[in-house]
Amino acid sequence: MAENLKGNEKVFSTRIDRFFVGLERAFKFLKKFFIEVWLPPYEFKEVIKQCYRIGYNSLPLISLTGFIVGIVFTNQSRPSLSEFGATSWLPALISIAVVRAMGPLVTALIAAGKVGSSIGAEIGSMKVTEQIDAMEVSATNPFKFLVVTRVLASTFMIPVLVLYTDFLALMGAFLNVNVNEKVSMNTFFVQVFDSISFLDISSSMLKSLVFGFTIGIVGCYKGYNSTKGTEGVGKAANSAVVMAMFLIFIEELLSLQIIIFLRQF
Amino acid sequence: MIDTVIEIKNLSKSFGDMDVLKNVNLDLYSGENLVVLGKSGSGKSVLIKIMVGLLTQDSGSAIVLGQEVSQLKPKSLNELRLKIGFSFQASALYDSMTVRENLEFPLVRNVKNLGKVDKDKLVEEVLEGVGLIQTINQMPSELSGGQRKRIGIARTLILKPAIMLYDEPTAGLDPITCMDINNLINQVNDEYKTTSIIITHDLTCAKVTGDRMAVLLDGHFGNTGKFEEVFEHAVDGRVKSFYDYNFIEQ
Repeated sequence: MAENLKGNEKVFSTRIDRFFVGLERAFKFLKKFFIEVWLPPYEFKEVIKQCYRIGYNSLPLISLTGFIVGIVFTNQSRPSLSEFGATSWLPALISIAVVRAMGPLVTALIAAGKVGSSIGAEIGSMKVTEQIDAMEVSATNPFKFLVVTRVLASTFMIPVLVLYTDFLALMGAFLNVNVNEKVSMNTFFVQVFDSISFLDISSSMLKSLVFGFTIGIVGCYKGYNSTKGTEGVGKAANSAVVMAMFLIFIEELLSLQIIIFLRQF
Repeated sequence: MIDTVIEIKNLSKSFGDMDVLKNVNLDLYSGENLVVLGKSGSGKSVLIKIMVGLLTQDSGSAIVLGQEVSQLKPKSLNELRLKIGFSFQASALYDSMTVRENLEFPLVRNVKNLGKVDKDKLVEEVLEGVGLIQTINQMPSELSGGQRKRIGIARTLILKPAIMLYDEPTAGLDPITCMDINNLINQVNDEYKTTSIIITHDLTCAKVTGDRMAVLLDGHFGNTGKFEEVFEHAVDGRVKSFYDYNFIEQ
């Protein structure tokens, strides 16, 4: 019994050790990014290539999801509003929900799955097959070429994708409202823009920048620190998605508190 | 007087509880091809990775071209790395780039003010040297194992290194392709006047390419000398079994 307890204590302390070692490593990785991002040489070509990969390749999935979210959310909101005879408020309700929360969150979660996993797997497999070592021995900084470029591209592209998702979600919502309430496009969008403020759009963009950074840095960190072997590549891709999604929800909660505080002024 | 290009002194390296290299001493002289032999996991690759600063030793020193590698600052380390070509066991070609882009990668980042014409000329020259100019626009996934090895060597040659480090150049290849790679190593040595370390456990490769052999046994260099001295009159059972297995047909 005593031996069992001692064994459990040991396992527990090893896990705590591993947690803090991991935290220290992640902090160092983050610090290295913020140092390397300012130092030349700048890999502009690679940043643009990654922007294209992250942005353009995510378009089909983001388009479909954004459009469906708009339709479904409108459908689900209608019964509650119609109880109070307030279906005319649908455009306002949807625009606030989409711009403030759903657009950034849905886009970030999809990008975490698609972009985060692909970054994690790509860098992980490069590590396993010694491609990162090959860059290093050819006097190229692999951190700058692989990590800095992907994190920057992800940080720039997620806000663009969020704007695109917002637009498509509103188009989906308009289609639904138009069919059911016979509201014209002009009336719908006048209501939409009347109900959102500059703070809504700017906070949504800022939040998206943070989400994009999170997706990029987590994907790169997991890939860069993947253990050797193909199993490690799979684990890196998987944990990049899980960790990024977890952090996105935490950031959403924190940003909500900050925005509520800012609305008081 | 013969220049010493690489000097390994009392070098030790361990991973966890496992001592891989124990007080290893080794000199590499200018212009020679040194073959380092040993069983899998004996620390051969670790040794050459320490020489280019990919790993750091626990104690001792690795002096390459007069500089202690572990003491170098990143900028000086990169300058030293430009003088060393490293051919990886699995070629380590960049999967997302074509053969041309793979070869251009070290070139555009390390040679300033290089025009497109000069760049193309250099790439084509090196590819012709390894006999694979026709693969210039192919992706690494479209190449055979032997072709990948050759392109990997071509990528290191583009910066005209003074030292070549080959990590298992013939591993996983058929005997005919192995001979091609062995000939390429000799050709590189003649044309580029390189000093080389060839890590292998293939005795044919060792015999064809090496001027001097060094056998890594239990973390130490047990036997060094010419091929015949080390293997054909081997007394040590571990070296003898190595020889007997490789030349089983004889």
